[in-house]
Amino acid sequence: MIIRIMGEGQLRVDDKAVNELNHLDTVLEKAVEQHDESAFEPALHALLERARELGTELPADAIEPSDLILPREGATIAEVRELLADGGLISG
Amino acid sequence: MTTDEGKAAFMGVMKRVSTIFRAKANKALDKMEDPRETLDYSYQTQLELLQKVRRGVADVATSRKRLELQLNQVQQQSDKLDRQAREALAAGREDLAREALTRKAGTQAQITDLQTQYASLQGEEEKLTAASQRLQAKVDAFRVKKETIKATYTAAEAQTRINEVFTGISEEMSDVGLSIQRAEDKTEQMKARAGAIDELMASGALTDMVSGPSDDIQAELDRLGAGHGVDAELERMKAELAGGAAPKQIAGSPSPADATDGQPAEHPAAEDAR
Repeated sequence: MIIRIMGEGQLRVDDKAVNELNHLDTVLEKAVEQHDESAFEPALHALLERARELGTELPADAIEPSDLILPREGATIAEVRELLADGGLISG
Repeated sequence: MTTDEGKAAFMGVMKRVSTIFRAKANKALDKMEDPRETLDYSYQTQLELLQKVRRGVADVATSRKRLELQLNQVQQQSDKLDRQAREALAAGREDLAREALTRKAGTQAQITDLQTQYASLQGEEEKLTAASQRLQAKVDAFRVKKETIKATYTAAEAQTRINEVFTGISEEMSDVGLSIQRAEDKTEQMKARAGAIDELMASGALTDMVSGPSDDIQAELDRLGAGHGVDAELERMKAELAGGAAPKQIAGSPSPADATDGQPAEHPAAEDAR
């Protein structure tokens, strides 16, 4: 699977490893839905850290859509909500 | 390519964001009648974005350098206050030394703040530079793919390739676009902040805040220094007039009038000159 960490680039992650990321993502999603800032920050950080550990960087000239897209490090709940609403304002 | 939409029961943030990005790209694709046109149009947009990113990198760098300059200025001010505190202490003026150190603590707080801003801008600059390089590599690769697809575009599978490439590059552009927006916001904030600090420095308000109106600590130190000089010279003159008599004897009875003679202003140093 191909994963994008926004602001950092894309990673290739083994399909089996994605399960682990999904678990971490569940925690993140809950924090976003409950608007729980104190849970959100560590959840996002844990997810990103693990994704970086599990993934290998895609070459810079690769043009491939990602299967999963992670918010940038340091993103706020508001930012993530915006992403989930319209994927940001820029259109391709 | 829309197979993912089937398993929407539980999605999670990662999946939802990628689905939205894909949906956006699909919408843009649907609007285009001729796929070749899609590729050319997208390529133009990519070049524009690349220009924008490069400008963004330059803007962040400019802001960072300006911050560096201000940091140096405040650091110099801090060093000066430190020096003044030492001079004051050497002259036995603990009160003055205390005042200088209090002001130095103020500059230290400012330095810490500026350093934090600087590090944050530096991080932004690095990220944006990397994003710019990634986008450049992708745009170059896209140009090649675009021509290959156009040359071989007759079969139905060309459409699939176009979709793939277009979706991939759209995602990259959305990501870079958001990074650039954030960097622009940040540089705007920094510019406003740096402008405010520059204005304060130019008007002297900041120097006043840091080292007092027209540097009163320095003035006091100068007075102390001048006081010592005047006293020493007086001693010498008295010794000369006394025709080589031991200066100690004269020095033992300093006349306040003598001290005020050469220095019409109030002379706080005269009393404890010895």
